Amino acid sequence: MERLRSFTGRVRSVPLLRHLLVALVAFVVVAAIIGSSSQYLQTRYAEMAFFAIAAGGLTLLTGLSGQLSLGHGALMAVGAYAATLVLERTGGETLADVFVALLVAIAVCAVVGVIVGVPAARLHGPYIAGATLTLAVAVPRLANQWDFLGGEQGLQVPVPRAAELPGWIQDLVWFFTAAEIDQYSFLAYLGWFLLVLAFVALANLSRSRVGRRWRAVRDDDVSAELAGIHLGRARVVAFTVSAMCAGLAGGLMAMNVRLTAPGAFTITLSLTLLAAVVLGGLGSLTGALIGAGVLAFLPHFATDLGESVGLSATQAAEVTPVVYGLVLMLVILLAPAGIVGSLRTFLARSSLGSTKEKTT
Amino acid sequence: MRNTARRAVQVVCVLTTASLLAACGAGKERPSEDGTAVGVTDTTIKVGAHFPLTGPAAPGYSEIPSGHQAFYEYVNDNGGVHGREIEMVVKDDAYNPTNTSAVTNDMILQDEIFAMVAGLGTPTHRAVVQRLNDDGIPDLFVSSGSLQWGDDPASSPMTFGWQPDYEIEGKIIGQYVKENMPDAKVGLFLQDDDFGEDGEKGARQFLDSQIVDVQKYTPGGSTDFAPQMSSFKSKGVDLVLGFNTPSYTALSQIAAQGVGFKSKWFYSNVGSDPALVGGLLASMTKGKIPAEQGVKLMDGMMTTEYIPGVDAPEDEWVKLWQKVWDEYSKKGSEKLTNYRIYGMSQAYTFVQALQANGKDLTRESIVETIEKEGASFEGPGLAPFRFSEDSHMGISGTSVVELKNGASEPLTPVLVTDIGDAPIEEDDSAASDAPPSSGLPE
Repeated sequence: MERLRSFTGRVRSVPLLRHLLVALVAFVVVAAIIGSSSQYLQTRYAEMAFFAIAAGGLTLLTGLSGQLSLGHGALMAVGAYAATLVLERTGGETLADVFVALLVAIAVCAVVGVIVGVPAARLHGPYIAGATLTLAVAVPRLANQWDFLGGEQGLQVPVPRAAELPGWIQDLVWFFTAAEIDQYSFLAYLGWFLLVLAFVALANLSRSRVGRRWRAVRDDDVSAELAGIHLGRARVVAFTVSAMCAGLAGGLMAMNVRLTAPGAFTITLSLTLLAAVVLGGLGSLTGALIGAGVLAFLPHFATDLGESVGLSATQAAEVTPVVYGLVLMLVILLAPAGIVGSLRTFLARSSLGSTKEKTT
Repeated sequence: MRNTARRAVQVVCVLTTASLLAACGAGKERPSEDGTAVGVTDTTIKVGAHFPLTGPAAPGYSEIPSGHQAFYEYVNDNGGVHGREIEMVVKDDAYNPTNTSAVTNDMILQDEIFAMVAGLGTPTHRAVVQRLNDDGIPDLFVSSGSLQWGDDPASSPMTFGWQPDYEIEGKIIGQYVKENMPDAKVGLFLQDDDFGEDGEKGARQFLDSQIVDVQKYTPGGSTDFAPQMSSFKSKGVDLVLGFNTPSYTALSQIAAQGVGFKSKWFYSNVGSDPALVGGLLASMTKGKIPAEQGVKLMDGMMTTEYIPGVDAPEDEWVKLWQKVWDEYSKKGSEKLTNYRIYGMSQAYTFVQALQANGKDLTRESIVETIEKEGASFEGPGLAPFRFSEDSHMGISGTSVVELKNGASEPLTPVLVTDIGDAPIEEDDSAASDAPPSSGLPE
């Protein structure tokens, strides 16, 4: 017992081990939930996963290093097109194809991240917002320039059928959930598995020396520079890591939507990603997760609600953005630090209150 | 600190156990497989469709589902089809293929539709054809004339077209122009996707040497067509063939006036509705061109017609549509339009297929029924359907008409043909079909 305690103590004191442990438990819980959900919910969970990965990357960039990006939708587009082109070439039939496609998406976005990050590192506040905004406007339009990108109609994305997945995955899923894996649950498991991995990496990074540098740069760039931190390098690294997350998210999005077309990557996507980050709570990965959940579920909820109170399909479609905007406004009015940020303040205050009571 | 950690572990354990238990108990609800299909019960049939209810393609197109719904209500109130009522789910995709993919997913998994009926648009529907066929979901009477709905039943066995495809429309337009305006310098104005491509393919069979300029547009992109119209002007174009949606008919007219480009115009059926284009011209110019004047502006334009429209109130079919619309339109103030007629005409074909199928309805049986009997379906179409095991193409022909005061005057009899180098022939075998007195297909 003593030994176990010292083991858990050691695990808890090392961030990487702690994060891995939490991640493992989280994934088991998530897998159980996915396994017992309907196919419809599974697609929503998969959507939540890729939004959360993108929002997590953006949280790191905006919350930790203090750079505001309005162009993450464009980076998702780059990832989506990269993954789609690979899946097209390889046929997208096996798990290996999927991982190669996602790795290529991440790699391409890393390169784009460096290319965009270098000039962006010299910019501040509204200037970097403007620069990344042009990215969001221009990049999806490139699809209309070259035929192999499929123009406005986009490219179809092949996804492995359940029967083509390796036996051990099918057995594993059967063992844990007593349900056969199919395309929908596969994409949900894949999304959440990668989400957990990405969040472990991001959480670790933000706890590490790199993360401390980013915070220093965000809080006071002059003193950070005096302390010997290379401002430009720190910013470029943050942008690149964040772009890699967007690339992974874009690749997953392509497989879920099964179509990669410019219409998916409008400026609205970049703005909703930012909205998710703000909604959840700037700078917190949990916040990014919650924001992504709101993104994935709220529009459908609003449309269903509209239809259930007797609006026509057209009216229900029109009411959705209104509900979305209202929720965003309410959160910002009532919980300016985002959902997680405000919860934290609330918890801190209440525990402070209870200790006060004890002392008096 | 240790306490909170321990509590967290406890909570996680409880959650895990609970969800694992939930997972064990939750045998996925599967609709019964005995004789009926997903979305079909003894008393109902649920179908779905994606339409642009919002966004730039919504004018006109968003009216089509209201036509469907009015006709289904009429059928339901008259006893339904084999005792089943038809329910239609309509979802908005804003004419964006990515949204189409998402809402189709919702309709399959959440609404559990039996079939997709009349999903609209070439780029949009293309996004989901593979998906529907993979899942074995009937994909009937797509609201678009792209070849891909019907020219290769082996690769998409569940998908059927409905209207004349753009290639045969292009062929009929091309032949008409070649015979009647052999000296015209022709400019093509094309939507930059399969719609424009198929139309161009058909027209080029006859007009290859007459075409002097090709201009394309991307839906959702630029709204200023001055450069394209200037190009037509500089190349001496005196006849423009447009394979474009209605908004772009209006935009091209505005731009042509702006740069002083005068020409004869021939818009394919999709972009030629005079009432809609007139209204669009009025709203786009903020009333500088009033709607009536916009309709006037369309005078002398040529187009094609394959079902009777609102300009023929004496037609037996239009009388039926008017009766149904007066009785079942949700809001009494809305008028019957060509788009609502289009929706009701498609709905009629769907009901006809369900009738022909008989009581035992499955996803496979409806496909088989249309393949076997579809070619003999009588409906408002001026030409017969081409449905068979080898072709899932819809109506086989159209007539060329000229617009005058918002109404069409025929320039040719009904001409029918097929894709490829099939000859173009006169055929009025379907033009004399009249609706049964009950208004329900028999």
